[in-house]
Amino acid sequence: MNRYHVAEFSWPHLNDMNWAHAGPSLLASFLASLVECVEALTVVLAVGSVRGWKNALIGSAAAVGVLLGLIAGLGRALAGVPLPTLQLVVGALLLLFGLRWLRKAILRSAGQIPVHDEEAAFTKNAASMRSLTGVRGFDRVAFATAFQIVMLEGTEVVFIVVAIGAGGVGLWLPASLGAIAALLIVIALGFALHRPLANVPENKLKFIVGVLLSAFGTFWVGEGARFIWPGRDWSILGLVLGYLLVAMATVAICRSNAKGKRSTAATQTAVSQ
Amino acid sequence: MNWMRTIFREVFGLFVDDGSFAVLILAWLGLTVFLLPHLAWVPRWRGFILFAGLAAILMASAIRYARKQN
Repeated sequence: MNRYHVAEFSWPHLNDMNWAHAGPSLLASFLASLVECVEALTVVLAVGSVRGWKNALIGSAAAVGVLLGLIAGLGRALAGVPLPTLQLVVGALLLLFGLRWLRKAILRSAGQIPVHDEEAAFTKNAASMRSLTGVRGFDRVAFATAFQIVMLEGTEVVFIVVAIGAGGVGLWLPASLGAIAALLIVIALGFALHRPLANVPENKLKFIVGVLLSAFGTFWVGEGARFIWPGRDWSILGLVLGYLLVAMATVAICRSNAKGKRSTAATQTAVSQ
Repeated sequence: MNWMRTIFREVFGLFVDDGSFAVLILAWLGLTVFLLPHLAWVPRWRGFILFAGLAAILMASAIRYARKQN
């Protein structure tokens, strides 16, 4: 990879693509966007089914438009920044973001914090929509709620696409394709099923995305600081494996801690009785 | 100004939910990026040291949280 090149906002030919980066970039962008789109869909479905589809869809489409403009604007703005500086800053932000996701996914897998429940979120949002008074014509509540949730979840997607796309030369294409594919799949499933996608293994996806983003962040910070990676670009796969093993070991330790505490408490209760 | 505060809080929340976890990550990045190049170690170890520190911070933070919960 050319260390001094700026991160151009352009589409490369498939043959020119660095697949050691492009493959994990596409996967990370797709899975992260899938999780966020599923969460947004739950609220949009609740709004649409209670208050009508027209304003819920207009609100969602308006937010998607703003987000697309944000991606294009940020992409252009970052195009002039030297790649090492960009990699350091984006890598650090990606690490803060990715390690936070991974930590949460580890704690959810270990049963320390509750798993996100799409059915419960749908019921809660639908009830809150019902409690608000109905209106004729333009429904500002439906529009604003759909707009807000799509903006909220979409901001995370924008950050992931921009961070992945700006981190290396020729990565805008896989990063954008991953996010667009996730958006289209979730929209299609939402239209087909008309109910929240509760069967999507959200925490497993977040676990994988956390691992991928942490690996990217670590690699780009190293590139920005001009570290020498053994195996060069392929060491990103080693980092993915390393974070995966560390995360799985941490889940096992957290689970065994919890089990140990529970069995100690049970023994103490039995002795005191 | 209220909406500005909301946007700032949401964007900040993307990167930080446990303050000490975020501070430790940034401190480790600062140490490795600015200090390691001045040490006359084998340059090939720098990437591994960066990863090992971040992995240790992740592990310690998750285990500490789990212990507190139990």
